[in-house]
Amino acid sequence: MKDIRKKLSELKELALKERLNIAEEIRQLESKLHGGNHNNNSAWSKVKLSRLIERPTTLDYINIIFDDFIELHGDRLFADDPAMVGGIGLLNGRPVTIIGQQRGRNLKENLKRNGGMALPEGYRKALRLVRQAEKFGRPVVSLVDTQGAYGGVEAEERGIAEAIARNLKEFFAVKVPIIVVIIGQGGSGGALGIGIGDTVFMLENSTYSVISPEGCASILLRDGSKAQFAASIMKPTARDLYFFKVIDEIIEEPAGGAHTNPEVAAANIKNAIWRELVRLMPLPKEQLLKERFEKFRKMGVFFEKQDAKKGILRRLFGRKNNR
Amino acid sequence: MSVLGKVRAWFRGEYSRKHKLITHFIKDGDERLFVEKKHECPACHEDLNQPELEEAMYVCPNCNHHFRITPWERIKFTADGGVFHEFASDLESQNPLDFPDYEKQIASDMKKTGLKEAVVTGICRIERKEVVMAIMAFQFRGGSVGSVVGEKVTRAMLLAAEKGLPIVIFTASGGMRMQEGIFSLMQMAKTSAAVNFLEERKIPLFIVLTDPTSGGTTASYGMLGDVILAEPGALVGFAGRRVLDGTIKEKLPDNFQTAEFQQEKGFVDAIVSRSDMRKTLSFLIEAHADAQRAWK
Repeated sequence: MKDIRKKLSELKELALKERLNIAEEIRQLESKLHGGNHNNNSAWSKVKLSRLIERPTTLDYINIIFDDFIELHGDRLFADDPAMVGGIGLLNGRPVTIIGQQRGRNLKENLKRNGGMALPEGYRKALRLVRQAEKFGRPVVSLVDTQGAYGGVEAEERGIAEAIARNLKEFFAVKVPIIVVIIGQGGSGGALGIGIGDTVFMLENSTYSVISPEGCASILLRDGSKAQFAASIMKPTARDLYFFKVIDEIIEEPAGGAHTNPEVAAANIKNAIWRELVRLMPLPKEQLLKERFEKFRKMGVFFEKQDAKKGILRRLFGRKNNR
Repeated sequence: MSVLGKVRAWFRGEYSRKHKLITHFIKDGDERLFVEKKHECPACHEDLNQPELEEAMYVCPNCNHHFRITPWERIKFTADGGVFHEFASDLESQNPLDFPDYEKQIASDMKKTGLKEAVVTGICRIERKEVVMAIMAFQFRGGSVGSVVGEKVTRAMLLAAEKGLPIVIFTASGGMRMQEGIFSLMQMAKTSAAVNFLEERKIPLFIVLTDPTSGGTTASYGMLGDVILAEPGALVGFAGRRVLDGTIKEKLPDNFQTAEFQQEKGFVDAIVSRSDMRKTLSFLIEAHADAQRAWK
């Protein structure tokens, strides 16, 4: 297994150097690799791992990956949201803007951080920092770890829906590379609110879904106790989403999960981010934005009758939907 | 028919074929209209008779409650002569997650509503001004946004940008279609991204929030209009009120998550009753289209 992994990373390096187009081959290999692991790791166990209180948080990773990080506060409109952090740090000596949701490492801190559930001011702070990064030509790294946006009365009063919608739209217009890493829970619109990017990575044991398994069980299956079953049918794991082409790459965690050795997990994240930024930074702005849009434009699975008319060759060899 | 008329008709036909448009004529007595014979107002429990309700555009004359209506009814009330050229009508849902019973639910809603999906998109005229229009149907799977709805709304925006036409979207949605899992979530990204194309070409986007609009629909294109209108009393919010009642034990304000609440908090431009909607949209379209020329 280790050999395959080593070979695979060599292959990737090679592809990058030689500008070979073997993404599809790599994808298949990786899918197989993670598929091997998958059998003894059910979706539910991943859900539980992604929620572990010991799991490294955004600030933990920031402190290991980036040098001289300075946190910047406030959305300049209403307040500072402790559930969303952001600032500037150095990645191998080069300035980068970092944003991400921050949950608490213990019960007390979780209270302050609102469990990593950001309010509208959190999303507006993130947008402010991204705009700032764009102005000065810094790339953006977004670390996603939230069970969802906060849905309370004050969130509604200050327009949580508008804040997320604005971010979704604006992130597509930002003329610097954005790298997204889902490090824990990717909870629905709250995660997507800072989850638009040129490259979307996912840690091996993180999840990303439209609703929590518990929510799915109680709303769709009408039985709150069926969360485990719901997790398996919702396909929220990194492997599933890689297969769906919703994410670009899976970042490996140390055996047992990121919390067993945060340094190793952070090093893997750092390598992945660095590799992508080296690739993306020289690209022309128009190409960057076009590719970012087209990447998300393709997501979705449906039938379209006229496809059938376009000839048998196209049907056999053409790009089908995302599956 | 004169020769000229024939030539015009041929061109129109050719155009429709190219863009795969299906033309609907929604007239009085259309079988798709007023299929739900509601006789009691859900708000004030007043007994109403059918012709009276039809006359009042499905608004309770007693308490001004705006009933939920289907896309066809909306077209009849909004488009000139009830003429609507529908595009992307052949898109149908798949079951990407193999979610239990999802195909059955889709099939039964298709049968029940006569719609293919929870949105109808097309081109029509409002007081002689051509617009792209997308109308969501709460009757179909709670108006939830899956791959098809996301794709159709995105195509509507891209078409508007391409043809330089203003676009009007009537929203009615419970949120994202959870049966499609992550694909439904990604429709939020896709539709919001398409708004940038409208902005680039200075095409106005008008959103009309109708009862109910919540979840991911509000948190994507629902809140990205240049002008955001709402029907009186419409539920407009992010997290479902029932979820809130259960989990967060705060006392909720009486008008919480209504169109009026959103206007008070600054997220809705104007609340427009159904009878004034056509006139208001027409004025807004004109004001946006002619400003640059008019002030030269």
